[in-house]
Amino acid sequence: MVLLLFIFVLAIFLGFELISKVPSQLHTPLMSGSNAISGITIVGAIIAAGNMDSPIGTILGTVALVAATINVVGGYLVTDRMLGMFKRKEKSDR
Amino acid sequence: MNLPDYLQPNFTNFSYIVASILFIFGLKMLSSADTARRGNFLSSMGMLLAVVATLLSAGMSYQWIVIGIAIGGGIGAIAARTVKMTGMPEMVAIFNGSGGVASLLVGLAEHFKGTDMEVAVALPTALAVLIGGVTFTGSLVAYGKLAEKITGKPILFTGQNWLNLLLLVAALGLAIAFAFQTGNTTVLLLVLVALALVLGVAVVIPIGGADMPVVIALLNSYSGLAACAAGFIIRNNVLIVAGALVGASGLILTSIMCKAMNRSLANVLFSGFGSAAASSGGAKVEGEARPVSAEDAYYILEAARSVLFVPGYGMAVAQAQHAAEELGQILERNGAEVNYAIHPVAGRMPGHMNVLLAEANVPYELLSEPEDVNPVMNTIDVAIVIGANDVVNPAARSDESSPIYGMPIINVDHAKTCIVLKRSLNPGFAGIQNALFFQPNTRMLFGDAKATLQAVISEFKD
Repeated sequence: MVLLLFIFVLAIFLGFELISKVPSQLHTPLMSGSNAISGITIVGAIIAAGNMDSPIGTILGTVALVAATINVVGGYLVTDRMLGMFKRKEKSDR
Repeated sequence: MNLPDYLQPNFTNFSYIVASILFIFGLKMLSSADTARRGNFLSSMGMLLAVVATLLSAGMSYQWIVIGIAIGGGIGAIAARTVKMTGMPEMVAIFNGSGGVASLLVGLAEHFKGTDMEVAVALPTALAVLIGGVTFTGSLVAYGKLAEKITGKPILFTGQNWLNLLLLVAALGLAIAFAFQTGNTTVLLLVLVALALVLGVAVVIPIGGADMPVVIALLNSYSGLAACAAGFIIRNNVLIVAGALVGASGLILTSIMCKAMNRSLANVLFSGFGSAAASSGGAKVEGEARPVSAEDAYYILEAARSVLFVPGYGMAVAQAQHAAEELGQILERNGAEVNYAIHPVAGRMPGHMNVLLAEANVPYELLSEPEDVNPVMNTIDVAIVIGANDVVNPAARSDESSPIYGMPIINVDHAKTCIVLKRSLNPGFAGIQNALFFQPNTRMLFGDAKATLQAVISEFKD
């Protein structure tokens, strides 16, 4: 438990350091990209849906898995779509 | 997977470490436009690895997992492929909400496994349910406001903050009672779910539509923390690391956006900004607006040597980004220097305008920020304001009684001429009247921004 808290605190600090230098034009992709990462709860949902000990737990886990997968798949795809539109100018004569 | 039993947990945990590293590098690379797309790809590979490693761990029964992933993946992929770029803020709000509800359900599922919980598991279960629930309904309300399915105006009533405080205290009380597993834990948890869902609605409805970018950034942070809490329930490092990274990044983004509006987070969350403003802000406006036709605008632009586009949410609504880009190209061929000034909070989420202009193939070197263009604003011949309002309102500099006083703005009123494309003289999203529209060097070009821009473009072509 203490070890998990330790990891948590370190990751929070790391998150602050990583994000503090993003230019404003990338804020929307960053928001949706980090939003996709928050879909990591999909791991918890898989474990719950794959556990057959209690039917209610399995059902709740499956619904959780649907929601988490929407978050993960949708989040990464929209972020990629947005970033695909950021292009450097190709012709210098513009 | 035919790994020997004693190696299985090691393999899973090792994969989780690699996944965490991929998330960290992915986020790092998202901070530069050149590497952002690869960063997002790395982070998605991290997610894939975490999912595969979990699937390969022992004791899984797959039938429900396959169904869940197929349904969720299908919905997510279709939504992501079909959403319009202008609808992006709403889409992120929805995705954010689904992440929140997933964490809530993981917490519930853990409880219904029926085993007794120690405090170290029960407390994060309660927190995952509480934070996940607030994230879920809060995101749905933010979606409703952005999609204009419900009013963008703050919904206020007397005693609102006290009621919200009461809800929060009650929810925390329930969470603590549940953490120590006193009484009927199922009832406690279900009441906590209900309270969390109500609380999510209650805290977002008093916030005006113009502040939704801040709200989404903050809810994004919450959804990370909810995933983190879920990680403490199942003692899983990758959830804790990834959730904490998102929690921290959401907070940073929230504070950046509050700074851009020169307001504190407390002011955004509790002041009901945008409702009182409509009555108080209209007093100081003098002079009259000077409407012009597309033809007049053409004569002004034809003579201009430097032009600055200043887009706002109105450009998104009118889908005018392609027309703006086309006019920009025409002006460049006509010998003018063309730039785009983007206010950090223009639109309804940070960087919203950047995405739209990128979609219209405007190279991002042409995009600049207020602090870069303001010092040279008096050298600009024509500033074209497309559906922006509050971010170009000079009251932010001059009128101490204005609700937006102190917010950094783009000083288009200092340009030699300013053309404002707008549907009407109505105040903008924040409900504040704008003195810019009544200045002697301002010309109003009324109408749908896309149609107006196309009319100006056809004047150039004739």
